[in-house]
Amino acid sequence: MSRGTPVSIPFGYVPAEQQMRDKADYARKGIARGRSSVVLQYDNGILLVAHNASRALHKISEIYDRIGFAAVGRYNEFEALRLAGIRYADINGYSYDRADVTGRGLANFYAQQLGMIFTDSIKPFEVEIVVAEVGNTPEEDQIYRLTFDGSVQDEHGAIAMGGQADAVAARLKDHYREGMTLEEALQAALAALTEPGNEPPPTSQLEVAILDRTRPLQRKFLRLTGRRLERLIEAGRKATAEPSGEGGEAAKGGPEAQATPPAQPSTPPATPPAAPPTAPEGEIDTGSGE
Amino acid sequence: MMLDTGSPSFTEFLSSYAPHLLPWRRGVPAEPVGDQVPHATTIVAATFAGGVVMAGDRRATSGNMISQRDIEKVFRTDEYSCVGIAGTASIGIELARLYCVELEHYEKREGRVLSAEGKANRLATMIRGNLPMAMQGLAVVPMFVAYDPDRGEGRIFSYDVGGGPYEQKNYAAIGSGSIFARGALKKLYRENASAEDTVLVCLQALYDAADDDAATGGPDVYRQIYPVVAVIDEEGFRRLSDEEVEAHVRSLLEGRSQSPDGPHAPLR
Repeated sequence: MSRGTPVSIPFGYVPAEQQMRDKADYARKGIARGRSSVVLQYDNGILLVAHNASRALHKISEIYDRIGFAAVGRYNEFEALRLAGIRYADINGYSYDRADVTGRGLANFYAQQLGMIFTDSIKPFEVEIVVAEVGNTPEEDQIYRLTFDGSVQDEHGAIAMGGQADAVAARLKDHYREGMTLEEALQAALAALTEPGNEPPPTSQLEVAILDRTRPLQRKFLRLTGRRLERLIEAGRKATAEPSGEGGEAAKGGPEAQATPPAQPSTPPATPPAAPPTAPEGEIDTGSGE
Repeated sequence: MMLDTGSPSFTEFLSSYAPHLLPWRRGVPAEPVGDQVPHATTIVAATFAGGVVMAGDRRATSGNMISQRDIEKVFRTDEYSCVGIAGTASIGIELARLYCVELEHYEKREGRVLSAEGKANRLATMIRGNLPMAMQGLAVVPMFVAYDPDRGEGRIFSYDVGGGPYEQKNYAAIGSGSIFARGALKKLYRENASAEDTVLVCLQALYDAADDDAATGGPDVYRQIYPVVAVIDEEGFRRLSDEEVEAHVRSLLEGRSQSPDGPHAPLR
């Protein structure tokens, strides 16, 4: 409001660059205090997994027929975004057609909202979200990652976000390969969310959902809970344990071993640094139910 | 506006954000125009042991004209419910579409499905919005059926132009042929019958409606246009395929060729 009047630089002036940097640091710190979520493609769709101690407060949600949502950070903020996304999708699907609601449109909508909040309000949103849209084939799958300042990244394969995202991403990269089955993808996600030397998160603290392209219904989003989830995890554990573990897999698979090394040399610098925990217990992550 | 979290109702959001998209927010015509726009006609519904059947004929009429012979008036609204529309076809179809989004919107936002009563009440408020149009001949009267997982049975709710809902026991019919359909249902309905028998009862009732009401279409075997039949039970909503309905229709026509007024209910 006082922008128009002063001619000289007012007392307490903070350059815009500094302001943006401060806001970004603030948001990053907030996000880093929470637990992690991962999103990865598998042969029949997209898997979304969040480490979430709360059963009532979701970090993963359905947005529309083929579109899912995963978030980390401050619960009330990403919940507002989730609700707005559902409104955006439903109003577009209602005024045009269900087929006209796209993940790209939703990602742009979120980018606008987040960008506006980042520049206009004193406190930026401490969130990071993924918008995933399942296609008819894995090539048509679309995954967008949106950060607190409204920037959008078009992703492919596997994504990690939240506290200690780099460490989780590195572990995810080690375990992920294209065209995995659901059971294998779930194992990869669990491995990524497991702190080295620790037990994997208990099933009760996992929020898992899939966008299943083979589902005969129009709505492809499905939550995996209870016995069904336990069975899938168990099946995946047996499958990975039997062919003499992960090491055996890499040793056996000649072409795969050829395919992975180029990626590995670039990752080790990130991994070895003592492989930090998945997430410190955060007061800020109200989504974790603590 | 989008970020204001507000009510879980899509219709309420629409009425503040984009009111022009509401089916009943159009200029009310100065004089009755009922005969000039297509009207959808007869819908019947009946419960069976552990579920409910809804069936609708395929005709739409404007005055004495048949405006469409293969219109569909029974819509799946969610996994355990569907709605049938009688009255002004255009408004009815829009209303059904909005109602589908309404239920899905609530489910996605709240992470739970509305109760059968909750769904029925929600539809009543939407019909109430259309009352001014109804007064000018653009009435929409839906019928709503749902499987109630808490009770393990099918339920039927009917409405009038002012809203509702009125829960119906066993069976109900709406639309121009409903008087005749209700008569047939009254004689043929059996409590706790199988789903298959109840489907046949509904088809017989629709046939009787088409027999006596010019605005209701009978099964058209030459064009292969058959009534839309939906069955909802524990397994969810299922629309019978044309082949399944055709089999029922053929056996019905077979019987009617011997006895044109349909099966006789026992006198004593």
